[in-house]
Amino acid sequence: MGLELYLDLLSQPCRAVYIFAKKNGIPFELRPVELLKGQHHSDAFAQVNPLKKVPALKDGDFTLAESVAILLYLSRKYEVPDHWYPQDLQARARVDEYLAWQHTALRSSCTRAMWQKMMFPVFLGEQVPPETLASTLAELDRCLQLLEDKFLKDQDFVAGPHISVADLMAITELMHPVSAGCQVFKSRPKLAAWRQRVEAEVGKDLFQEAHAAVMKVKDLPPADPAIKEKLKPSVQGLLQ
Amino acid sequence: MGRKAFCLWETWFSLPWSPSTLRPLLFLPLPGHHHSKEYREINPLKKLPSLKDGKFILSESVAILFYLCRKYSTPSHWYPPDLHTRARVDEFMAWQHTAIQLPMSKILWIKMLIPMITGEEVPAEKTEQMLVEAKNNMQLFEEKFLQDKMFITGDHISLADLVALVEMMQPMGSKYNVFLNSSKIAEWRMRVELAIGSGLFWEAHDRLMKLAEWDCSTLDPMVKEKICELLQKFK
Repeated sequence: MGLELYLDLLSQPCRAVYIFAKKNGIPFELRPVELLKGQHHSDAFAQVNPLKKVPALKDGDFTLAESVAILLYLSRKYEVPDHWYPQDLQARARVDEYLAWQHTALRSSCTRAMWQKMMFPVFLGEQVPPETLASTLAELDRCLQLLEDKFLKDQDFVAGPHISVADLMAITELMHPVSAGCQVFKSRPKLAAWRQRVEAEVGKDLFQEAHAAVMKVKDLPPADPAIKEKLKPSVQGLLQ
Repeated sequence: MGRKAFCLWETWFSLPWSPSTLRPLLFLPLPGHHHSKEYREINPLKKLPSLKDGKFILSESVAILFYLCRKYSTPSHWYPPDLHTRARVDEFMAWQHTAIQLPMSKILWIKMLIPMITGEEVPAEKTEQMLVEAKNNMQLFEEKFLQDKMFITGDHISLADLVALVEMMQPMGSKYNVFLNSSKIAEWRMRVELAIGSGLFWEAHDRLMKLAEWDCSTLDPMVKEKICELLQKFK
């Protein structure tokens, strides 16, 4: 059995891993794990990732969790072009800096924005207090500003002049609130221009393919009661 | 022996004290300094730790640790070159942001800093919720990352152990000891301390351990206000 990637393209980090593997022609078996059906809580999946999250990787007997670790593993094993995770000391540090920051900043606000604006009301039939949503969107805005001012600055890409894994992580994050109808790029021409560049580098087809599932989430019928019961406990934290 | 960076909490705010001493890099010891205009030029994220190497400025402890390992060619056990072993370190370093750092930091804030600064306790229900989350993650740490090994990657200490331990030490500032729940973790803690050297370890944690003695009346009123707002989020 070769490389297996356990993914649900509804998840931002899964999309980053998917795009990276496909773009670099890394051969893998896609093992779908449907989050909205609670499949990540199954005993079978726990054998692959006891942390019960996607993305996860299985390479022979070796299993690995965490998108950042997976991206770096794939970069090294498949000897991808240098720009994805540059050898240069400072250029690499810039990528590492973004990859570390995003866990508790952009990831958090993008997930909350998407769930509070769309998943809770549309899929789970649960109203979100307007003050909560407003606060989340304000936090998202703050993170976007930091992304522009501290990371992107006047560069073409997040960590410098060339696309890297940092850009894949960032763009897939931003598409999350976009899928919920948040106009993330509308009043931010710098981010919009960066998005165009990333899409061009990745390839429009691959980019759209990776985002097809999440862009259709707003058209999902409401979840049936069994699914709601299953999902609710694990997503309650996203209401804060 | 080269000194290593010790990172403190990075939740909503950073606190004015940080035990990080980075030679030959910049060290800011002054309370509230990281909110100043001068520090913001160094790190617009207003967080600690920060590194300044000539004109190069870097934030995020994980990035700083990797940078120091590479630039100073530290012994390979800190960040092993083997593909799988390195991936384990990366995996822990990624997971810990939300699983260890955040909950441990919250314990410190909720048990001590918020009551100390605002004069009010956080509702018991929220405190309990948070302690349970921290406990569950400690269990995951033991079952998935540590298992029956001496250290996270096997027989030698790595950056993963260093980061894990300093994060788990955070609640000690509020006299809350997370190591009491598991003898396996307590033993690992001792091994890491010894591998670092007890002198250096406790030197780095000195300010944290004396946190209860901090005179918070010196705190900038604007910062105090933000912390009061923070308390509201828990109610």
